[in-house]
Amino acid sequence: MNQAKLGKTDMLNLFKKMLLVRAFEEKAGELFQQNLIPGFIHLSIGQEASSVGTCSVIRPNDYVASTHRGHGHMIAKGADPKRMFAEILGKSTGYCKGKGGSMHIADFSLGFLGANGVVGGGFPIAVGAGLSIKLRRTDQIAIVFFGDGAANRGTFHEALNMAAIWKLPVIFVCENNQYASTTSISYSLAGGSIAGRACAYGIPGYTANGNDVLEVREIVGRAVLRARSGEGPSIVENKTYRYRGHFEGDPQKYRSPQEIDGFKKEQDPIAVFEIRLKTAKVLTDSAAKKMRKDVAQIIEDAVHYAREAPLPQPEDAMEDLFVNP
Amino acid sequence: MTERLLSCSEAFAEALHEEMKRDDTVFIIGEDLRAHDGIFGQFKGLPSKYPERVIDTPISETCLVGAGLGAALTGMRPLVDLHFADFFTTAMDEIANQAAKIRYMFGGQARIPLVIWAPDGGGLSAAAHHSQCLEAWFVHTPGLKVVAPSEPADVKGLIKSAIREDNPVIFFQHKKLFAQKGPVPKEEYLIPLGKGDIKRKGRDITIITYSRMTYFALEAAKQLALKGIEVEVIDIRTLKPLDFEMIAESVKKTYHALVVHEACLTGGFGAEIAARIGEELFDDLDAPVTRIGAKDVPIPFSPLLENYVLPQVSDIVRGIKKVLNLG
Repeated sequence: MNQAKLGKTDMLNLFKKMLLVRAFEEKAGELFQQNLIPGFIHLSIGQEASSVGTCSVIRPNDYVASTHRGHGHMIAKGADPKRMFAEILGKSTGYCKGKGGSMHIADFSLGFLGANGVVGGGFPIAVGAGLSIKLRRTDQIAIVFFGDGAANRGTFHEALNMAAIWKLPVIFVCENNQYASTTSISYSLAGGSIAGRACAYGIPGYTANGNDVLEVREIVGRAVLRARSGEGPSIVENKTYRYRGHFEGDPQKYRSPQEIDGFKKEQDPIAVFEIRLKTAKVLTDSAAKKMRKDVAQIIEDAVHYAREAPLPQPEDAMEDLFVNP
Repeated sequence: MTERLLSCSEAFAEALHEEMKRDDTVFIIGEDLRAHDGIFGQFKGLPSKYPERVIDTPISETCLVGAGLGAALTGMRPLVDLHFADFFTTAMDEIANQAAKIRYMFGGQARIPLVIWAPDGGGLSAAAHHSQCLEAWFVHTPGLKVVAPSEPADVKGLIKSAIREDNPVIFFQHKKLFAQKGPVPKEEYLIPLGKGDIKRKGRDITIITYSRMTYFALEAAKQLALKGIEVEVIDIRTLKPLDFEMIAESVKKTYHALVVHEACLTGGFGAEIAARIGEELFDDLDAPVTRIGAKDVPIPFSPLLENYVLPQVSDIVRGIKKVLNLG
């Protein structure tokens, strides 16, 4: 699948999915403000082009290993916002029956192997999925999303080396939002480029404008083609930015409000794509308005479902440890 | 049942041959497996028979354990060879945070047919980084099953069950027992996880033990039998789930309990067994439950030092006499 073949409907679907991710995240932020979400959450607002663009070029039976900032990946892979909100609110009809919450949410039926509370925890799992694909001789692939901070974990390097020597169909998709929690890449990243680390393992390392959904599609698409044809792994570094703190409530003393506003004004992935679609006459003002209304309705219904959903029974805490105890 | 004498290595390899033949999703992954059919000969004949399913990895324990997990989550049934149990430290996140928790934290969505197999134990002058018994770390982590057999027949029956489990299993085998021979049935059989075995019957005291210390306990029992003391030796074989029913039944008969393991004493699994006996069988005890384990230092190199630190048969004999108040 490449950009040239992308029809009008596909373009609009991409746009709508990005709106859905953002609306989900904004609503999650609101619910958190209202103290309806226990614990803490990490939002991906500003990074929608990366999650949606990447998942738009893979198949339903491909695997995705995600991160602590994973709502967007999961929605982009096709998850149901109702059950996601139910999980985040700690309800029994949530994806994980209220045992995982925002940071440990999964849908194995979608090949979504889970968010992960450990930075860099997804790399070895994705290598294992890639190895399993190779042993089972299917044409699936595995995507592992990670942040710039995870590129400094040992798991990153062990996984790249192993995936490269075995030519596994694993794509390492970095969402470089420039901050690992509070720590800037200007301080923490030797060499300055995550994609650049690919050359040490003899694999392609691509850099994409991670705020341009079509560029993300094109570049991840290249890596997908390579992986599916048995040529092995790639790194794709989507350069992007997160608008919210590391977690909701983060005082963000490590960056200025002007910096955030600058990205919002100039590089917002949704605004950029909307202008492009309108210029190409693929999207009209009224169609965009209707789409936003539809998305708001989906989110409203999902929140309603989640708020009405039953709480788990305390003793449900003892279920699900083992397949057969 | 027809039996023959096999070593623990041979019994293990035979189990793997049977399971890999039975199920083509079973594969083995680890370091240096192919060149010597496993460093203890535990994979004899397997690399040549299953070239694609015995996989050598780079020295990347974190990733090879995590890759085993990822493969288990996506339709395969891996046995991860960790080379030495001491290397668990290099893959603890993949085990304790990922493998142990993924099914639970995702609300029961995942099945994790993963065996992490690790040779452990001292007695080889392999010193601090190649001699530890680390099982207590894993019984203290909900979501893992933990197995540490002694006899070849138990090794075979339990590894076959562990491979067929849909839950993560940490499987320890003592390095000093690979050459240990014992009768193994010729016919195929399984031993379920969570069942202990009484290796010697006795009426005076119950020793609860596992792995290599089972042999030490049997030797101590033999010595004391000459003096008319009848020791019952229970090899729990599986630490988690624990066959406490068997322990309770025995202690209710002998009124005396001694727990023996090679791991260091403080915070060892013996403390858990002793506590449960104390909580649940207090009225059946004629003496306090006593524990024997290694001294609380890293395992030293020089044989005299190592022998001093690790429990010996003489320590067990002394322990029995102490519990029975025989001076």
